[in-house]
Amino acid sequence: MWSNLPLFPARASNMAGHVDALYFFLVALAAFFTCLISALILFFAIRYRKGRSPQATQVHGSTVLELMWTGIPLAIVMVIFVWSSVIFFMQTRPPKDSMEIYTVAKQWMWKFQHTEGQREINELHVPAGRDVRMIMTSQDVIHSFFVPAFRVKADVLPGRYTTTWFHATVPGHYHLFCSQYCGTQHSEMVGEVIVMDPADYDRWAAGGVDGSLASAGEKSFQQYGCSMCHRSDVAGRGPNLVGLFGKPVLLDDGRAITADESYVRESILNPGAKVVSGFKNIMPTFQGQLSEEEIVGLVAYVKALGNGTANLPLPVSQPNSGDYPVAPKAEPSAVKSDQAAAPAEKPTQPTPVNPAAKQ
Amino acid sequence: METAIHTSEAKTNYLNADYSIKSWLLTTDHKRIAILYLISITLFFFLGGLFAMLIRLELLTPAGDLVLDDTYNKLFTMHGIVMIFLFLIPSVPSVFGNFLVPMMVGAKDLAFPKLNLASWYIFMAGACFILYSILTGGVDTGWTFYTPYSTTYSNTNVITAGLGVFIIGFSSILTGLNFIVTVHRMRAPGLTWSRLPLFIWAHYATSVIMVLGTPVLAITLVLVVLERLFHFGIFDAKMGGDPLLFQHLFWFYSHPAVYIMILPSMGVITEVIACFSRKRIFGYNFVAMSSIGIAVLGFLVWAHHMFVAGISTYAALIFSLLSFFVAIPSAVKVFNWTATLYKGSITFETPMLYAFAFIGLFTIGGLTGIFLASIGVDLHVHDTYFVVAHFHYIMVGGGVTGFMCALHFWWPKITGKMYPEAFAKLSAIMVFIGFNLTFFPQFLLGYLGMPRRYHAYPPEFQVLNVLSTAGASILAVGFLMPMIYFAWSLQYGKDAGPNPYRAAGLEWMTASPPPTFNFAETPEVTWEAYNYDQIDAPDHGIDKGVEVAG
Repeated sequence: MWSNLPLFPARASNMAGHVDALYFFLVALAAFFTCLISALILFFAIRYRKGRSPQATQVHGSTVLELMWTGIPLAIVMVIFVWSSVIFFMQTRPPKDSMEIYTVAKQWMWKFQHTEGQREINELHVPAGRDVRMIMTSQDVIHSFFVPAFRVKADVLPGRYTTTWFHATVPGHYHLFCSQYCGTQHSEMVGEVIVMDPADYDRWAAGGVDGSLASAGEKSFQQYGCSMCHRSDVAGRGPNLVGLFGKPVLLDDGRAITADESYVRESILNPGAKVVSGFKNIMPTFQGQLSEEEIVGLVAYVKALGNGTANLPLPVSQPNSGDYPVAPKAEPSAVKSDQAAAPAEKPTQPTPVNPAAKQ
Repeated sequence: METAIHTSEAKTNYLNADYSIKSWLLTTDHKRIAILYLISITLFFFLGGLFAMLIRLELLTPAGDLVLDDTYNKLFTMHGIVMIFLFLIPSVPSVFGNFLVPMMVGAKDLAFPKLNLASWYIFMAGACFILYSILTGGVDTGWTFYTPYSTTYSNTNVITAGLGVFIIGFSSILTGLNFIVTVHRMRAPGLTWSRLPLFIWAHYATSVIMVLGTPVLAITLVLVVLERLFHFGIFDAKMGGDPLLFQHLFWFYSHPAVYIMILPSMGVITEVIACFSRKRIFGYNFVAMSSIGIAVLGFLVWAHHMFVAGISTYAALIFSLLSFFVAIPSAVKVFNWTATLYKGSITFETPMLYAFAFIGLFTIGGLTGIFLASIGVDLHVHDTYFVVAHFHYIMVGGGVTGFMCALHFWWPKITGKMYPEAFAKLSAIMVFIGFNLTFFPQFLLGYLGMPRRYHAYPPEFQVLNVLSTAGASILAVGFLMPMIYFAWSLQYGKDAGPNPYRAAGLEWMTASPPPTFNFAETPEVTWEAYNYDQIDAPDHGIDKGVEVAG
């Protein structure tokens, strides 16, 4: 038992050093002030004990001292605020070309889907040395994705996507915990993050896959009849999805928003919430008809349509960008970024989704 | 002849005025109501402590082997609900606030004595709901009732527990109102705001939080109950609701509630430090204003409980900044308490030991709060044992230590008897050691990454958990000892006399136990608070105060 007493967590991401540095500073600060207060109390208690100081000398206060012990702590905490905010920005802003892994949490397991098509439960294989962005949602209650060795944590909510990212540095096996209480087997909702050499990871990711996540999404796209309306020609009753992802979208109420994962998800489940300018609110909701995994596939497919790594299943005439109200001066480089992670060319032939992995 | 009359008068006090059960259950005497609260919350404290011991025993081994996972989840939920809503929130205000606020301002009773009795009955009614929910199977949502788990997924008694907390809220609101009105309207002649004991300032700030914050919690829990019963779709995303809305509403009350638990204890130790160092409190105005500052700022920091919950980056930054600000008034208090010792004439009775323990433990609790306000570090330690350790340092190291401090300091006033000093000192030291051994290892566990509310955990966390459980056993003995020696002192304790510590304050200028209406005639205050220079002056004679009481 005693040989097994770690006092400090492993450091396996590029964020760990930053978080630990601030942590050590805070530990030093806390130790300093605790010792200062304790030493003063001890000193006064001994020096001014009744035996030595039979009569107290009244001291009513000192404005200078009050200002000092208001001002100095204030200055110190402002330094900490700036420092911690800098780290926070690093923690919450994933680099643009991160690879993406979709996560669906449920009572009580973690389901991961790689864009290459690999699916896994309670095990997460990631490459060392690459930026990985987690796009996460929950099927039921709130969970939280926590990898202590990466110093990364983000709640996983039902009904929306939350994201976090990390850049693993040291190959190995690390704890994955659910840190938001989620019911009976909360403490069993644990897994392992397996950080691999990039080459090993690529081999692992390519092995034994039936098709990419986007191709699974394409199959759903046809199965649920999305392709009937979302066409790339002018006859489409719904917006053309080619080139959509990551671009600004003009809505019928005049707002312009960016087409991100959350927007695509919302538009599938609650199409009336944000209707694209020039289109009628005629799409039925798919709330309750699609599993979170199918939605994730559809999002990945729309994303692949956005960066040209997938095509609409219908015979496509000349893509007509005027058909889709893309705001002017859309930045083409913004969508290029996904290319590294998204599958380059995949067979359009639909492949059955592995039923075992679906659960 | 005259002496005989005096003696017989002195023997009639609020305790022996009437022995019937009815006289206790229908009393409007603030002191008797304080005793009713003291008995009820002591029972709840040991109930919550029993749950805590079962939790610590389960965590002795990595495997979940002592109780089932569902049972464990219910244990930590009920530990939290009982300790927070049935013990900590009423602890110092409802017992010592009730007993002392009227006496410290020189009044016969609180402004609304019947409302005060009603607030105890409301409290007990809410407690009955919670006890019912425990006895009929328990609750497993965590004391935080997070949605959509509480509204849709939990199969336990969420509704009765939620209603219990809802009902107890009204008790809190009524107590707060009573204190506010009493402090404004019923101060003795000459007792200006700047002459009030800082205990009163602390309770005034607490009361403001109770009155403003509690309705929000009450409404939130009603919404949870309604959503559970009628599927309103307020918090559950599947029905179009927003689970984060619940967290905003819940923490809007529950963060200020932390200050409901700590501010009154700060008031307690301010009195105690002044008394046992025989000095006026250093920087009276700053200590008073820091209580108000904590109450105001406390309402502006709730989302620091939600840094990883999915709120926007900029919202998180603003709440981080405001959370750092709330550290400042707490620091001001700690420095002023320490400075009060300077050039004092210090003695080390049990309440003073508890006051020293309070300053040390609260300092650690406060400084580790800085870690949690730093979002960069909070992202790692959020929802781990680091947070568990932090808030136990505040709520037990601060809140409960303050309660124990108050219990020892005013026990002679409440009962007229002295407790055995040696046993009391021993138990204070055991509480201090046991507490640190229980909760300090949890800081390390938290940074290592052990999540809170885990029934089973990876084996490498075992050693620290064993230390924690060992500490909890010492802590338990430290808390059980006072039960015995306080009970013993009722029968065999030395008579305390009106003012055994030669303390300043109107409550010490009347008999112990005090007569039913506190003072024979309304005192007139001509002195500043903490006038220890006058009390200790050779010509002053402490009996002078007793003359006021007649």
